[in-house]
Amino acid sequence: MNVMVDPNAARKAWMGLLAKAPADDLAQLWTASGLAPDHSLLRAPEIGGVMVRGRAGAVGAPFNLGEMTVTRCSVKLSDGTVGHAYVQGRDKEKARVAALVDGLMQTGSADAIDAQILAPLRKAAATKKTTRSAKAAATKVDFFTMVRGED
Amino acid sequence: MYVAVKGGEKAIDNAHAWLAEERRGDPAVPELSVAQIREQLALSVNRVMAEGSLYDPDLAALAIKQARGDLIEAIFLIRAYRTTLPRFGGSNPVDTDAMACDRRVSATFKDAPGGQVLGPTFDYTHRLLDFKLAADGEVPEGVEAEASQAPTPHIMEFLDREDLIQNEVQGDDTPPDLTRTPLELPADRALRLQSLTRGDEGFILGMAYSTQRGYARNHAFVAELRIGTVDVEMDIPELGFAIDIGEITLTECETVNQFKGSKTEPPQFTRGYGLVFGMTERKAISMALVDRALRWKELGEDNVGAPAQDEEFVLYHADNIQATGFLEHIKLPHYVDFQAELELIRKLRREAQDLQEAAE
Repeated sequence: MNVMVDPNAARKAWMGLLAKAPADDLAQLWTASGLAPDHSLLRAPEIGGVMVRGRAGAVGAPFNLGEMTVTRCSVKLSDGTVGHAYVQGRDKEKARVAALVDGLMQTGSADAIDAQILAPLRKAAATKKTTRSAKAAATKVDFFTMVRGED
Repeated sequence: MYVAVKGGEKAIDNAHAWLAEERRGDPAVPELSVAQIREQLALSVNRVMAEGSLYDPDLAALAIKQARGDLIEAIFLIRAYRTTLPRFGGSNPVDTDAMACDRRVSATFKDAPGGQVLGPTFDYTHRLLDFKLAADGEVPEGVEAEASQAPTPHIMEFLDREDLIQNEVQGDDTPPDLTRTPLELPADRALRLQSLTRGDEGFILGMAYSTQRGYARNHAFVAELRIGTVDVEMDIPELGFAIDIGEITLTECETVNQFKGSKTEPPQFTRGYGLVFGMTERKAISMALVDRALRWKELGEDNVGAPAQDEEFVLYHADNIQATGFLEHIKLPHYVDFQAELELIRKLRREAQDLQEAAE
């Protein structure tokens, strides 16, 4: 069987997780980890906008829906590894930490970083999603047919 | 005679100071925090994000606080801020099929796969004031059931399989952007949708309502209304691949409309489409109705001269910031213009009087 595996799948997953993580959660986990890797800023944290697009009729031609705020940052660790971040919102520190985590995840300390930072974020995101989904499920309509009387 | 003057700086400063004081209200009442507005006035926040055309709940909440709850003023603040942001790029089109739905209802198919999920809706409430909210802040816990893992496909897919619904045409990956190039007519559907989604809710609602009452009636059914979160993905040049850059809440409405067929099209259903930031269901339904009415030309329908079919009328008057800017500027000093008008009227009256006297 020829299975196409995206070689970037793992990195896409952690970068996406960091982008969507609440800034406070990431800040807390980062502080608790005690990590303070030497690094230089290739691109200082910068706040900007991204034009979000939709499709006409959900499946047709793209159109511009409106913008969202995004903060980006790029860092270089002392061993030369480059970390990037594009995160939702306007928190510059979140972008810097996310870029550092992206850098560290490409080094030998990936497993430790994953356990200390990413795993708790994944868990929190999953819990939040499941809770909303469970509340939505409770509002699902059960139809029942009324017994009709004889005419 | 007109004499040029300047001044008013002190009056303006004092007006702004008083504005700040009035904004705060009675200091004996605790001050609202931005987080409180974001969490407890979420639907105001959603409207400001949608019409301000910038998804950022904290900024929208701040704008509402600064604007003393005047939502159009808050939208103005967001639009002004938006122009200061460098544009990092455009996202890939969001995949609403993969939406994590809080709400999903269909008015056309009772037994749609995924079911009728009501979500946190005002529908079916009795619209009686709840005085308990004025007394204490206690809320009942939301009830949970087993979370569904099943996909929630778009209901339109079922009509599409039978070829009963008009196909959507494909288009450029980079759609035209009215924030970069001034809106020119005729506008294609991408531009119309961008204009409608950021347009004033009241205006779009009024236009949509006019189609229901008979001005370009197009018999809309809500095939599907869904509200929930989607991931936003963008290609990152320095990586060479796309990543999720965030997650946003959207409301999507797809209408299915009767269509008897035309010279070029067989009888089939057609679509109207609404997609709006946040939980903004009235706006999304309105947008879908107006979108459908504006499609008369491409569907080969008759122009019956209804306002909702007139793209120039709809698109040039939908934007509440353009409208309020032009409307409210007339309260600012027009001393010179008015002086000229006054001179003119005096002159005309003099002439009329002279004529009358000559006749006598």
